[in-house]
Amino acid sequence: MARPVFPVRLEARPEPSRAAGWVSPLIAAAATLVVGFVLFSLLGKNPWQAFHVFFVKPVETLYGVAELLLKAAPLMLCAVGLAAGYRANVWNIGAEGQLTMGAIFGGGLALAFHESTSPFLLPAMIVAGCTGGMLWAAIPAFLRTRFNANEILVSLMLVYVATYTLSLLVHGPWRDPEGFNFPQSKMFGDGALLPNLVAETRLNAGFLLALAAIALGWVFMTKSLVGFQMRVAGLAPAAANYAGISSRKTVWIGMLLGGACAGVAGVDEVAGPIGQLLPSVSPGYGFAAIIVAFVGRLHPLGILFASLLMSLLYLGGESAQMGLALPSAVTGLFQGTLLFFLLASDVFINYRLRVVRRRPVAAQTA
Amino acid sequence: MDHVAELLVLTLAAGTPLVYAALGELVTEKAGVLNLGVEGMMLVGAVAAFVVTATTKNPWFGVGAGIAAGAALSIVFAVLTLTLMANQVATGLALSLFGVGLSAFVGLDYVSVVIEGLQSTSLAALAATSAWSKLAFGHNPLVYLSLALFFAIQWFLYRTRPGLVIRAVGESPQSAHAIGYPVVRIRYLAVLFGGACAGLGGAYLAVAYTPLWVEGMTAGRGWIALALVVFATWKPWRVLAGAYLFGGVTLAQFQAQAGGIAMPSQVLSMLPYIATIVVLAIISRDVATIRLNAPASLGRPFHPDA
Repeated sequence: MARPVFPVRLEARPEPSRAAGWVSPLIAAAATLVVGFVLFSLLGKNPWQAFHVFFVKPVETLYGVAELLLKAAPLMLCAVGLAAGYRANVWNIGAEGQLTMGAIFGGGLALAFHESTSPFLLPAMIVAGCTGGMLWAAIPAFLRTRFNANEILVSLMLVYVATYTLSLLVHGPWRDPEGFNFPQSKMFGDGALLPNLVAETRLNAGFLLALAAIALGWVFMTKSLVGFQMRVAGLAPAAANYAGISSRKTVWIGMLLGGACAGVAGVDEVAGPIGQLLPSVSPGYGFAAIIVAFVGRLHPLGILFASLLMSLLYLGGESAQMGLALPSAVTGLFQGTLLFFLLASDVFINYRLRVVRRRPVAAQTA
Repeated sequence: MDHVAELLVLTLAAGTPLVYAALGELVTEKAGVLNLGVEGMMLVGAVAAFVVTATTKNPWFGVGAGIAAGAALSIVFAVLTLTLMANQVATGLALSLFGVGLSAFVGLDYVSVVIEGLQSTSLAALAATSAWSKLAFGHNPLVYLSLALFFAIQWFLYRTRPGLVIRAVGESPQSAHAIGYPVVRIRYLAVLFGGACAGLGGAYLAVAYTPLWVEGMTAGRGWIALALVVFATWKPWRVLAGAYLFGGVTLAQFQAQAGGIAMPSQVLSMLPYIATIVVLAIISRDVATIRLNAPASLGRPFHPDA
């Protein structure tokens, strides 16, 4: 067998380290900054100036802070729903599609009652969006529990189907007749738009919905019996099975919660900053939320902070595009790097580094 | 009848990226590692191949770059999951998200660049005689290479000792470790091979199938390749058949449009994804077969000390 090349090796900890679990996202964020520093330097930018444009400039004004919260809201919603499933090893990666379905259902209602000024229209849209997201998530849940089909692949495939469905609608039946043939719906009526929270900004009541989801998620995951059962199912499937926790129920609840939250996020977007249906209603929030969920340690409070960080990455990307002539694709690069470093530093939760003293070869064969 | 031959030629061309990506993932999974990053590795392979082809004007250099890029990205996955024991599902997702971002970033200046792609074989004179001779001789060299790869993998996995060792590692890493095989090193190689194949599949898309670069141009083929490995119940020849079946489905939209079938293009574009879901459900329904054929340690980390 190969001798260890490095004088250190990983040794399993007797029990997982909680401290390492909370420190690891900080290590990951720091390491991502270092990579950013190097990347900016390589691209011939002054890294300090680039950092300023990326991370400080977007939030220097009240408007900027409001944008930060505005973009964090859908991330929070999607991530908290996904985390509930991930804790139980239910891998829903189709939040982007469930978000799109939520936007279709909620937006469809807004278009159907276009002239309505009823105070019930907006709540009805949120319920519709929630239902749309749940229906879309129910497909992988059903196929998994009934046909044993892998929920990762099914939920991901449905993202494409949802996107094409939205495209079909805004190119066809829902197209604005006065829209100069652009693939977009009519602008929603005032009764279908989320009320503003802070004057002169775009921050709307959707942020409160996201906070409510965080709070409800916390109660569900830490205080409820079902939440506890799902955690057991994730940590020790055999024990959960022995304790009579139904794995079908776990899958259904995990998927539906993810779909419901993502669906609400979809309504949030179309009844908030967008105000109509477009062929694309999300710059990948549903995928970024996967990273948010992990960086937030699948814990609602962690997700709150992680979604703010991720939102800052989105804003920074836009700001870098204008201020540094860098492509906004830099955002996706940072998101991926952050998750890589997080997964790498997570090794210290279950393992610790041990320095291996070189012993004589004879002793080593023992 | 010539129409049938014509269609078969197109089907083979459309199925080839899936053949590469799915065969590579098959070998990775045979060693017990589930790499969900195929989509990301394909995209990075595609963009690397395109950029190098555009710069050097030689598509073969591009293909080499695609292979290298896919393999390089898979090393990240291997270090995280095999050395640092990270969760394979989460790391694979990270790899896909990262690959999408990285390829978009690298390819930004190349979106409207035109390249001279990889041409079909020099047997053109033979191929030109009829549609049927085109089916035999008229393909892109990478299509022939993918078939060669299939036979090589089939032979390697089931007829050679290293192939047997890979399968043993996938079934029971503990036993393989106990009798002295370097489990982690074997898994590294399997992951690397899968990455190289995914990169090659991406390269085929960018320099042979549609010689151009578009952000996210793989359009979910990496995920379909993952599904194909399940459909195929981890058997190479069924991977091949499945890949061509799906190649055919992606063609259906063009055929329907050409044939004047009045259906919105979006509905036709959904077809491959819906087909994937339906077939996945039908195949997975048989839990016993899946359990019997799936590598027993698939997705589980292995630490030599444990």
